[in-house]
Amino acid sequence: MFSAFSAVVPMACVTAAAIAAMTAEAFRSPGEQMPIGPLGYIGLLGAAISTCLLWDRNAVSFGVVVADNFSLFVTGVLIIVGVLSLAFSAPTVEREQLPAGEYYALMLFSLAGMILMAMASDLLVIFLALEVLSLGVYVLTGIRRDSPAATEAAFKYFLLGAFSSAFFLYGIAFTYGMTGSTRLDRIGSLMAAQSMAPTPMQLLAVGLLLVGFAFKVSAVPFHMWTPDAYEGAPPAVTGFMSTGVKAAAFAAFVRVFLSAFEPLQSDWSPVLWAVAAATMIVGTVVGVVQSSVKRMLAYSSIAHGGYLLVALVSANDVGKGAILFYLLTYAVTNLGAFGVIGLLETGDRPNDQVRDYAGLWNDHPRLAIAMTLFLLSLGGFPPLGGFIAKWYVFTAAMQAGYTWLAIIGVLTSVVSVFFYLRIIVMMYMTPSMSPLQLPPVPKAAAIGLVASVALVVYLGILPSRVLDWAVASIGTIF
Amino acid sequence: MPFPILTSLVAVPVAGALLLFFVRDEEQNEGLIRNIALVVSLLVFGETILLWSRFDPGSAEFQFVERYGWIPAFGIDYAIGVDGISLLLVVLTGFLTPIALLSSWESVHKKTRAFCMVMLLLESAMFGVFLSIDLFLFYVFWDAMLIPMYFLIGIWGYDRRIYAAVKFILYTMAGSVLMLLAILGLAVLHNQVGGGYSFDLLALYELEIPAHLQFWFFLAFALAFAVKVPLFPFHTWLPDAHVEAPTAGSIILAGVLLKMGTYGLVRFAFPLFPLAAAYFAPYLALLALIGIIYGALVAMVQPDLKKLVAYSSVSHLGFVVLGIAAMNTQGVQGAVYQMLNHGVSTGGLFLIVGMLSDRRHTRQIADFGGLKAVTPRLVAAFLIVTLSSIGLPGLNGFVGEFLILLGAFAWDPRYAAFATSGVILSAVYMLWMFQRVNYGPVSATNAALADLRPREWVMLVPIIAMVILMGVLPNLFLRPMGPSIERLLEQVRRGAPIEVQAN
Repeated sequence: MFSAFSAVVPMACVTAAAIAAMTAEAFRSPGEQMPIGPLGYIGLLGAAISTCLLWDRNAVSFGVVVADNFSLFVTGVLIIVGVLSLAFSAPTVEREQLPAGEYYALMLFSLAGMILMAMASDLLVIFLALEVLSLGVYVLTGIRRDSPAATEAAFKYFLLGAFSSAFFLYGIAFTYGMTGSTRLDRIGSLMAAQSMAPTPMQLLAVGLLLVGFAFKVSAVPFHMWTPDAYEGAPPAVTGFMSTGVKAAAFAAFVRVFLSAFEPLQSDWSPVLWAVAAATMIVGTVVGVVQSSVKRMLAYSSIAHGGYLLVALVSANDVGKGAILFYLLTYAVTNLGAFGVIGLLETGDRPNDQVRDYAGLWNDHPRLAIAMTLFLLSLGGFPPLGGFIAKWYVFTAAMQAGYTWLAIIGVLTSVVSVFFYLRIIVMMYMTPSMSPLQLPPVPKAAAIGLVASVALVVYLGILPSRVLDWAVASIGTIF
Repeated sequence: MPFPILTSLVAVPVAGALLLFFVRDEEQNEGLIRNIALVVSLLVFGETILLWSRFDPGSAEFQFVERYGWIPAFGIDYAIGVDGISLLLVVLTGFLTPIALLSSWESVHKKTRAFCMVMLLLESAMFGVFLSIDLFLFYVFWDAMLIPMYFLIGIWGYDRRIYAAVKFILYTMAGSVLMLLAILGLAVLHNQVGGGYSFDLLALYELEIPAHLQFWFFLAFALAFAVKVPLFPFHTWLPDAHVEAPTAGSIILAGVLLKMGTYGLVRFAFPLFPLAAAYFAPYLALLALIGIIYGALVAMVQPDLKKLVAYSSVSHLGFVVLGIAAMNTQGVQGAVYQMLNHGVSTGGLFLIVGMLSDRRHTRQIADFGGLKAVTPRLVAAFLIVTLSSIGLPGLNGFVGEFLILLGAFAWDPRYAAFATSGVILSAVYMLWMFQRVNYGPVSATNAALADLRPREWVMLVPIIAMVILMGVLPNLFLRPMGPSIERLLEQVRRGAPIEVQAN
């Protein structure tokens, strides 16, 4: 009888860890040190084990939470995001005296929301998950209460996020109005059965949902909040939201648009084509002129969202697999990069300007080498994971006949190389004015960095196994 | 299973680099680090010689092929093999790397360990480019090679090194990303005609590619290779990169990296898209001619020795492209031969310029003069290498240029006529440079310069030996190329029967 609940187990593990973190914080006596972060690892371990056990089982709970291989793959990505985020959070939480219980509990709650979003097969549940994950991330963005930048970032993020939620809800409402259901499979079959051209109402519903998703994956022109939010949040949080939110949102995006709204593909794909192209172009071109590394990576993250959209527009099997592989690679790489940024922060300075990286190779060679690998992978250089991921996306585009989109993609990735190289130039080829005095790297963060580097190299040199998993994952829902 | 010699060529330098990673205390162990790197590169050179000795010169096929599934879902293999066209380029790579490492013995003292690691990784990627017979693998190596070269220029280069390094990497990347799409397009096409995805070169040779796609694909490939060669008007990164690179970087850049462009034309662009190649060959030849003459004219007025040699490369590589565009036996043989020549002689020239600039801390021609009396041995070596670069009969440069001109003449005498003027111009700028540097009055600063040291003998003797050997015994080198080149021409003719016959 437990099998009826099995699909929610990964999410429940994470939620339980979040509650444990919250309780631990509430019951600890003042000044008592408690390993609150590690509680999260336990929950994530449970989630990882249950994810593995659920593989190939197609478990469904409550009719709206589906643990098919697609959502399990994304859950796997999210668990990796969670583990790395916890590892990179510890130094920041300690140094800045952030409230550990709240911080970890919020992170884990929003991770639970992300997992739910990946698994949801009902528009309302997707919305619910979206809100759960967003609320946590809004607060995390502003968790440094005394920093005006953080408060501004959180406020902006919250306002625009609330705005996008409204779009999303309207989209759901219109969809329900037309089909009488919020279940994706019902919507899909009703739309497919309809023989005539789509009604304006349908297009409106699709358009509103598209806007909602576009906000969450920070696609142009709904990307305005991204640089501010990414810059204001602590680096570990930025890493968490730039990868986790993106992974969860894309999972739902794919599920809604490639299954429920698949019959309307010829109507939405031109729009998405333009959005993808604009996202890639704006992300890279504006990224070039940034002087803050965090803003630069924010624009880079926008651009990477554009590549993911290319795969989504392609809407073929290669593209669906590409999205999964790309999400994983991007998550590992970007988290690693933000991990390094976080480790460079000191009590009095964020050290997040490009010029702060001068001479890093001399002063902290290991951090510099790790950062180099992450940046080169983001830029799409072989033999690193980012190259394989981009190649996969462009294969999908070529396969679908979107040659121009692929051309825009490769050319923007050359432009993006320019700004990734700026950081590398600083680290290796510019002498530092005053060497950064950093505390020793904490063990958890060091392990996290080594693991990210190893994964980035592994995904670049031996991508075959993960590619096969990605291909196997998409078979279950489409 | 036989010893995987080709994989070991790619893997041994990487292993050497990893080994260096574990050497502690860089400052004190500098000698050890250099020696490890040198021994590894010599070992690899030994392997390339072994490869040559075991290579069957009578066969046109790829030999020592190793093939393992890499990303089976997309038909991507780790497939490497060597044929007559790539064999000697592999040997050249093995030959130049130890020399480049030696050349930095005294000029590089900053971050020696990283320097040696970068050189070894570069060597490995260069082997990968020449050995890959899977297009995806080829592209991986092609792109991966940019990173070590970028660091080499950017960290150990001269004053404007950052500008040069960034320009180098962006130019090359911008040129090559479209090739990636063309490669993808080929694989997708192979899938559409029912063969499944494949990036295998031999399978793609057999693919019937519609004419309009051939044009686009050829343009994408040709752009990538033209930037690398560099063909006029895509050459502007080259003088910067050459001038700012450390001596070792210049040797590798001129000696091997530029050949990847011409190698790519021979190996991929022409045989994969014969129809488009036949259509575009005259345009390529025209650009090559412009490059020959323009490069020579610009070289003539350079005040900087390194820049002069850099522009002479533009001119010399123009000959290679002309030979390839001719697509007949003499032309292609000459082109491949000239690639080797240029690697040896220009490598030698950069080496000597590096020696001069190490001694005098300037590369301006005007600062030198009268070296003949001061450093007679250095000047003797300089003379031989200069003459080889000009193409004096009896030295290597002559054979390659002569074959290319023969091939070009058979194709269209007009090309040969114009190209010949390049030969004359090269004599002008090289000899004039030689005269200004080595003859005339000696200034006080120059009078104190030291002659060749033992380490420098070790670098120059092999180069001069090769210059003479390739000049007097060209058949030793041409013989293994023959069958593969014939097969290539056959492949091109099959794809574009009418056009080629008309030529």
